[in-house]
Amino acid sequence: MNNLIQNEMMKLLAKKRLVIIGIIVGVLVLMFTYAQYKQVKEQQEKLGTDDWRAALQQQIIDTQNRLGSNRMLDEWREQLQVSLKQQQYYLDHDINPSEPGATTFTRMFLENAIDLFIPLLVMIVASDMVSFENSQGTIKLLLTRPVNRWKILMSKYVTLLLSVSIIVAMTALLSYFLSGLVFGYHGWEAPVITGFGLNGSDVDVSQVRIVEQWRFLLMDMGLVWLVAVVVGTLSFMLSVLVRSTPAGMGIMLAALISGAILNNMVSSWESAKYFFMVNLKLTTYVSGTAPPIEGMTLLSSVITLLVWWALALIVSFTVFTRRDVY
Amino acid sequence: MRNVTLSVKGLKKRIGKREIIKGIDFELNEGEVFGFLGPNGAGKTTTIRMLVGLIKPTSGSIQICGYDVRQDFTKAMQHLGCIVENPELYPFLNGWDNLLHFARMLPDVDESRINEVVELVGLQSRIYDKVKTYSLGMRQRLGIAQAMLNRPKVLVLDEPTNGLDPAGIREMREFIRKLADEEGMSVLVSSHLLSEIQLLCDRVAIIKSGEIIQTDTVESLLTTQERLIWRVWPLEKGKEILSSFTEITVDQDNIITAFNEHETPKWNAALNEAGVKVYEMNRKLPGLEELFLQITGGGGAGIE
Repeated sequence: MNNLIQNEMMKLLAKKRLVIIGIIVGVLVLMFTYAQYKQVKEQQEKLGTDDWRAALQQQIIDTQNRLGSNRMLDEWREQLQVSLKQQQYYLDHDINPSEPGATTFTRMFLENAIDLFIPLLVMIVASDMVSFENSQGTIKLLLTRPVNRWKILMSKYVTLLLSVSIIVAMTALLSYFLSGLVFGYHGWEAPVITGFGLNGSDVDVSQVRIVEQWRFLLMDMGLVWLVAVVVGTLSFMLSVLVRSTPAGMGIMLAALISGAILNNMVSSWESAKYFFMVNLKLTTYVSGTAPPIEGMTLLSSVITLLVWWALALIVSFTVFTRRDVY
Repeated sequence: MRNVTLSVKGLKKRIGKREIIKGIDFELNEGEVFGFLGPNGAGKTTTIRMLVGLIKPTSGSIQICGYDVRQDFTKAMQHLGCIVENPELYPFLNGWDNLLHFARMLPDVDESRINEVVELVGLQSRIYDKVKTYSLGMRQRLGIAQAMLNRPKVLVLDEPTNGLDPAGIREMREFIRKLADEEGMSVLVSSHLLSEIQLLCDRVAIIKSGEIIQTDTVESLLTTQERLIWRVWPLEKGKEILSSFTEITVDQDNIITAFNEHETPKWNAALNEAGVKVYEMNRKLPGLEELFLQITGGGGAGIE
């Protein structure tokens, strides 16, 4: 089995796919870093002052005044207290909240990349994992060796999992180190608010708490990895089923893009929540944005994705081990 | 009696309602080159793909060195080397890495064996170049090298001379004969180049519409189809007399009959008695090509 995985890695590296992915991520991160940098500059000009400490101090005083008011609902009070803590932290640790540092940039980048960008990168590797052997004709050599077919497919799948992990890690590292050149490498300990829940149409803030940013980043990376594995497995299945790489890629792309569109318009179509592509934005549950369809939770989305993942694996292995190769 | 290395019994394949292979039986002996002949669409490739485990037969059994391809897939495949159609290798890897790739999939094949096969096919000087820079002949050699890695008892070659130039074809032929004669390998060769099969093979199976029509040694196949060509005058009278003895066909000014050592003198005497002049009697061994066309009824398989 080790030998087979070694083989798959050798082919993957020779195709230079991971290098291409690295370059794509690098270029995009540089672009976003520049955009962010421009935004920060513009904000400073609007405020008309370089002294962000004074501005933050003023905000804290405002918040404290509102907290002193009697008419405040309890839930809002808690939320305000949380953000007060956050602002106080920035002031105490001398962090400009609008100039967040590489860690915050990485977190934001991952959160925005989870539903389209990362899946696209994973597709570059996954969608021709099996189908290139078909178009190359090497499948005939591969399947006439004294090795069972399921082992061959398993070695390919393990290689896919390895490359998905490499891609997620590479994206995080590149965005951290490249953006750090501009924003500085701080922000690991910065507080982030999490734990928003939705209860009907009301925001449920009973679970709201502050976590250090590095914990939050780890959570985000775990979720990104999960999404990447599920999307990778689905492309992998298409690569087994559809023998042409472009066709498999096209189907997967259509699904991903339709997911992005559906997210904005399906709130009344409840059963759409069983589609995998509507469930990809897992990070919104931790950062506290409302999900596209009422009733979706982190748990329900993860379960939906896992069901798709399991089905894709079953279909891939069943078809691959039984199919006649012409 | 030499050992049987590959045995095929009652092999059938049905796709949907159409039976593509309608029951094929044959055996390969040690040290024998066996030819597989048939028009396009006769089922050669399907049969070969069933032998190497790419297609599952609907019924029937295939045994390689006593191991059933379906039940003991891995053991059976350890004794088999094959090139199915063109030798397709990874163009983005170099020759050595390609061999290493396939060696890793075999038990007990180390680097010294890779060196051996590279030497065997004479690719030493280019083995570290990317395969996409190879000529077709070099790819063919690398394909053979790959098939030889596990020291197979049975070698299956689908169209091994496809795309080679005349020198390459000859070299390939000598190479295959050497494997069979010196290493005792059984080689199954499919080809549409009949002259090749005629020169290369010990035995031939002719396959048409999913059935083996005839299996025999090349010589005996040819001798049963020997022809005698008569040039006589006057033609009409000659035809009349000869057709009273045997079946005749007329080709321009010649009359063609089967060759029969015992009967031919009588036919000749009869012609002489009737005053027909016999200018020429020509005994002719048909080429495998004519034989092939005769047996398979010419043309392609026809679409049923």
